[in-house]
Amino acid sequence: MGYERQQDFGTPESLSTEMVSLTIDGRAVTVPAGTSVMRAAAEVGGSIPKLCATDNVKAFGSCRLCLVEIEGARGTPASCTTPVMPGMKVSTQTPRLEKLRKGVMELYISDHPLDCLTCSANNDCELQDQAAAVGLRDVRYGYEGANNLSQGIDTSNPYFDFDPSKCIVCSRCVRACDEVQGTFALTIDGRGFASKVSAGQTEDNFLGSECVSCGACVQACPTATLQEKSVKAIGKPERAVVTTCAYCGVGCTFRAEMRGEQLVRMVPWKDGKANRGHSCVKGRFAYGYAKHQDRILSPMIRDSIDQPWKEVSWEEAIGFAADKITRLKAEHGARALGGITSSRCTNEETFLVQKLIRGAFGSNNVDTCARVCHSPTGYGLKTTFGTSAGTQDFDSVMDSDVILVIGANPTDGHPVFASRMKRRLRQGAKLIVIDPRRIDLVRSPHIEAEFHLPLQPGTNVAVLTSIAHVIVTEGLADEAFIRERCDWDEFEDWARFVSDEKHSPEYLEAVTRVPAADLRGAARLFATGGNGAIYYGLGVTEHSQGSSTVMAIANLAMVTGNVGRRGVGVNPLRGQNNVQGACDMGSFPHELSGYRHISDAETRKLFEDDWGVTLDSEPGLRIPNMLDAAVDGTFKAIYIQGEDILQSDPDTRHVSAGLAAMDCVIVHDLFLNETANYAHVFLPGSTFLEKNGTFTNAERRIQPVRKVMEPANGYEDWQVTQLLANALGAEWDYTHPSEIIDEIARLTPSFAGLSWQRLQDKGSVQWPVNDKAPEGSPIMHTEGFVRGKGKFVVTEYVPTDERTGPRFPLLLTTGRILSHYNVGAQTRRTANVAWHPEDLLEMHETDAENRGLKTGDWAKLASRSGETTLRVKVTDRVAPGVVYTTFHHPATQANVVTTDFSDWATNCPEYKVTAVQIMPSNGPTDWQEEYTELSERSRRIAHEVEPAE
Amino acid sequence: MSEGYHVDTGAKLRRMADQIAKNFSALGHENAVLATADHINLYWDPRMKAGIFADDHAALSDIARLAIEHLQAGHNPPPQTRASEFNTAHELGHSDAG
Repeated sequence: MGYERQQDFGTPESLSTEMVSLTIDGRAVTVPAGTSVMRAAAEVGGSIPKLCATDNVKAFGSCRLCLVEIEGARGTPASCTTPVMPGMKVSTQTPRLEKLRKGVMELYISDHPLDCLTCSANNDCELQDQAAAVGLRDVRYGYEGANNLSQGIDTSNPYFDFDPSKCIVCSRCVRACDEVQGTFALTIDGRGFASKVSAGQTEDNFLGSECVSCGACVQACPTATLQEKSVKAIGKPERAVVTTCAYCGVGCTFRAEMRGEQLVRMVPWKDGKANRGHSCVKGRFAYGYAKHQDRILSPMIRDSIDQPWKEVSWEEAIGFAADKITRLKAEHGARALGGITSSRCTNEETFLVQKLIRGAFGSNNVDTCARVCHSPTGYGLKTTFGTSAGTQDFDSVMDSDVILVIGANPTDGHPVFASRMKRRLRQGAKLIVIDPRRIDLVRSPHIEAEFHLPLQPGTNVAVLTSIAHVIVTEGLADEAFIRERCDWDEFEDWARFVSDEKHSPEYLEAVTRVPAADLRGAARLFATGGNGAIYYGLGVTEHSQGSSTVMAIANLAMVTGNVGRRGVGVNPLRGQNNVQGACDMGSFPHELSGYRHISDAETRKLFEDDWGVTLDSEPGLRIPNMLDAAVDGTFKAIYIQGEDILQSDPDTRHVSAGLAAMDCVIVHDLFLNETANYAHVFLPGSTFLEKNGTFTNAERRIQPVRKVMEPANGYEDWQVTQLLANALGAEWDYTHPSEIIDEIARLTPSFAGLSWQRLQDKGSVQWPVNDKAPEGSPIMHTEGFVRGKGKFVVTEYVPTDERTGPRFPLLLTTGRILSHYNVGAQTRRTANVAWHPEDLLEMHETDAENRGLKTGDWAKLASRSGETTLRVKVTDRVAPGVVYTTFHHPATQANVVTTDFSDWATNCPEYKVTAVQIMPSNGPTDWQEEYTELSERSRRIAHEVEPAE
Repeated sequence: MSEGYHVDTGAKLRRMADQIAKNFSALGHENAVLATADHINLYWDPRMKAGIFADDHAALSDIARLAIEHLQAGHNPPPQTRASEFNTAHELGHSDAG
């Protein structure tokens, strides 16, 4: 599409089902009751002049530009605050209105710089547009009197500037921060003519304020007051392409606004069903990594990891890799080969990687980074409900009455969804937070959790079973729902189990450290408070009982009847953009796309016939087992697409030992990541801006990813996989990802109705999409559970083997922060480092004082796996005995200390519980120094030197 | 970086089997044995199965040991989860994820 601003209806859509008919400028209009006159006019193509109104915040009625005349009504009411009424006759343009509007606009312009030609918003400015719309030709008031034109520009934010001299004090930015983002960082400071938008206190600038740089204020600003630095630098976009963000599992859709092949800015798409026009600092601004100087654009090879890299042609690199794979297969068999798919890549790319491993390599040793995050979600929800996916769409939260958040930190990990959740909480929904750490949601502007249960890390199952104990023993179970929807015998077994006194909150308090009274209160609230929805994250899954916890959550939803309608359900908040999709596409070693087991002969035959290969009937190795097998000498080669296992996976020494033991490591990525230190072949990857395909977000929504610029490395990632497959004799001939989608659809029942064209037509679709659900499935299990009857699973609490003791007396838990994304490969290469330049170790003051540590000090963090150093931040967010850090920076390598303990069912690592000791330190550990040296040595690239003349 | 790093694969497999068994133990002894056997059958690669078959079973918990012996005897444990409408199309017995 060419460039034009997104349509703005002025006021939010009314969700009323009652319709109202009226006349606007002689045209008959029928709209939902509660719609504003302004929006009604816009719905039929009209455009009443406006400045303070925009359709993602409530009407404000301050600019007085949108005045209309209504037959039989006195005065000239503001159309933004006037709801439609049956039979109303509205005039939007009359001589009286024309005169009034000109007067209003004249006053605005009298305190606005007339530098339109050199203004960054020239020709893309609502003030300019409205001045033209009202026919303003002259301003009678000069600049001699008081004005605001000399106010300085706040350039502190790395992504946008605030120029108060251009501000018309319409409050759109303040209202967007309040209503859309929910941070309440902005305010109007001063009164009357001195009124000024301010980020917090007068002395604060934007960077130092509570602003989270979501960009909602910039998007809302009708002038150049809040303007992206990139627009100032590059100019107005000339075209826009709608695509899907490549950061977290919310799956925001954006308009990539372009000039030529240059990305000017990413603007959230208002029609995006996942984000509804909102964004966070990562998706909105942190795309600079795509053009970062660290990006590798030429393929490289080397015979051993001691050698520097040698840049070669694509043909040579692919041939080199294929020769190694072929030789190792001949020498050691197909089961010595494997690969890892990426949750950052598209569904089509992921599907092709697992097809490459199964079909061309000849083994089922394919796994994905979901192994280390949400594999327990797949296991737990499949077992209890019948599908490896969450039950709701994001919009569902607006119908929730009680929201239970466990092991998730949505304001940091899933900020755009968190904003919607906060909106619902401000409307009155109740909140229960179960988390060892006092996350922001527990208490933030206009939100306070009814209950925060600060449990001891590793006791999720005990807490959830205890909640179930209260519900069952106090007669709060929804028996009618259970009898109709669940297996009653299994329920009775489970109810007997949870009713045992040993699962009571009082009995378990010593284990969980959750006050029994609070736990009982939370249980009663969840069972009796109306629509109850559960949202969870990696604080649930990354435990030795991650799968049990997911099943305990499902039990809780079933026993309270909170499944199968809006406002309820079990909602895994997925970490990466395409975790759901990567799992759906057959990335796990034991199953093909659509979660069908590899041992099933009929399923295998379906794929074998389509692909023209013979598939191994035995499950393959999971990532940690591949590494074990490598150390044992039975696993020799791996192809890793878009994943940095050396930084992201637990027990770094284990990962490095496994990688070092392999004869062929092929890394396919944007950057020479940490894993590439052990690689023999580096294949440059393409960014999400350079490829076509689809991502599937946490609500099972499949959304198109569209190429907005040509791949700087020459190929989209699916093309690179195809090159490798064909070098191994596969004879693939895909020319566009749409052909891969067609293949997925014909081989996968839950995707049978999917096609590229369908996504172009509908924008997105939530699986299952097939004959039974041709329009997709926003809410799952509406009539009955997918597996038939819902299955209650007895979840015995089994304490982790990772215990504190005299050597390691503290428990370390890990998480991520708003400004960074996972291992930071992308966000560390953007200005987001302004907010989080290093990983910090959060400690309670008691633990810090006992060790003579204070905020800013260096500390050594040691576990039985290894040790690292990082700086301390003393805080009361964590309880005594618990410490916390992030894992965004390779210099810290937090995973040096995490262990190889994992979930019993899926081997998802137990990142969230590591027994540690902390002591003062004056420098990096030996390991860190050795690693830095290795890393520098391994990243050397040999360049041809021209002979001297 | 990883010089001298050693993986005791046997110990690791035993720990995995025991961990699975312990989490199924609430099903009752007989069911837990079958569930453990089914789980290992579904998710373990052949070299892992061969590894634990060849290992010293005396160090295993009762449930894990019986599950391994059940598999080693060539029995096919009954599936613990049932197929759904999404994956019954061409699947005979069970469904799973993870």
